Amino acid sequence: MTSKAPRFWRCIPQRYNLIGTHCHNCGEYYFPPRTLCPNCRRDAKIEDYKFKGTGKVVTYTTIYNATEDFDRMTPYSLAIIQLDEGPRLTGQVVAAPEEMRIGMRVKPVFRILGKEGERGIIYYGTKFVPAEEEIR
Amino acid sequence: MPAGIVSYGAYIPKYRIRVDEIARVWGDDDDIARNLNVYEKSVPDSDEDAVTMAVESARNAISRGEVDPCRIGAIYSGSESHPYAVKPTSTIVGEAIGCSCSYTAADFEFACKAGTAAIQACLGLVGSKLIDLGLAIGTDVSQGAPGDALEYTAAAGSAAYVIGREDLAAEIEGTVSFTTDTPDFWRREGMPYPEHGGRFTGEPAYFKHVTSAARGLLEKMGARPEDYDYAVFHQPNGKFPIRVARKLGFSKDQIAPGLMVPMIGNTYSGAALIGLAATLDQARPDDRIFVTSFGSGAGSDAFSIRVTDRIDEIRDKAPSVRDYIGKAEYLDYAKYAKHKGKLRL
Repeated sequence: MTSKAPRFWRCIPQRYNLIGTHCHNCGEYYFPPRTLCPNCRRDAKIEDYKFKGTGKVVTYTTIYNATEDFDRMTPYSLAIIQLDEGPRLTGQVVAAPEEMRIGMRVKPVFRILGKEGERGIIYYGTKFVPAEEEIR
Repeated sequence: MPAGIVSYGAYIPKYRIRVDEIARVWGDDDDIARNLNVYEKSVPDSDEDAVTMAVESARNAISRGEVDPCRIGAIYSGSESHPYAVKPTSTIVGEAIGCSCSYTAADFEFACKAGTAAIQACLGLVGSKLIDLGLAIGTDVSQGAPGDALEYTAAAGSAAYVIGREDLAAEIEGTVSFTTDTPDFWRREGMPYPEHGGRFTGEPAYFKHVTSAARGLLEKMGARPEDYDYAVFHQPNGKFPIRVARKLGFSKDQIAPGLMVPMIGNTYSGAALIGLAATLDQARPDDRIFVTSFGSGAGSDAFSIRVTDRIDEIRDKAPSVRDYIGKAEYLDYAKYAKHKGKLRL
């Protein structure tokens, strides 16, 4: 089996800690990170930015028939989440299908995103849980 | 120079299964929960393992103490369920909490006491000023074969401790270990579930090692059990820690705040450390805590801890152990089997 280790490794900062970028000049936030600000172009002042990870569900779909790698997870929900800083990303929300609703607040958790079968590497990273579940 | 706990954090998954439900499936005695003094145990979600729980507890420790992760010079994760046989848990934790790359790391394994061994290693590095701060973690998604006695207690949880010399929330006044070659519980390479010696895990293993380390520490400190406000013992079930406390002269009241096993089961490398975290959650400045872990194979690490004024400043900056215990969602045996990957598809 060909391992996707290098491809996974390149995305570790984004997957573990939601590291994106922020343009100091116009204040825009980018996730995934951009090295160039399309608003400011050569005036851009780009810096790394760690997103808080809190946001809300813009829309979602619940998967009942998954590919082999995710078969044990069903049913699970994938959502487009708008982070509080602005950018939108796709992520799994760890919640029962009946708990899911558009507009719900979410917060990040560290989970297994997938595995390369029995022998390959384990992909870790960020998923989301309902913020109402927030313990504090 | 004093060294000790700068901050701490715990994590317990939200799922639970009642011991009665496991007994129902296997047709065991209705009294098993009462006999073990374990009524329910924590169950990891299907996307949680020893690494993800280590990260959650470490993040709680970092935020509770407002610790700059770049000051951490060592990460040691103790577990008997590291997801990789080769590839460290500790490096994943380091990356996930935003450490610099200038830290040493290794994974520890000593059955249920790998986490306290990690604390001792950090104490050595911190005390000798080789590093500024160390991060010691005990984390486990413990395994019990379906139908085995272990299945009633094998649970999941993690606790992380930042060890340093300054801004201590609790000083570690002394530590003593007692270690012998005693094969009471083991898991061979490549085997999914551990084996154990049944009753052999009691007197010659748990009781001998816990009492020897504890008495050694009391002697070293020149202290008596009544000099301590609280005591925490490794808790493989709800009976052993109560019995060993009585044997050593500690009261039920002293161990009550740290006795988590009746509600969450045996979290293995997390067990004594989650018990300590739950005790720190309610300890007052100047309280003294006596902690003794146990790891099969076999050994015990005992610690004498004195809480400082700083505990009141940091306590509420991360979820407490009882916050996690209060958030429980119950599974039946079938869903539990799915969560734990006990079903081969």
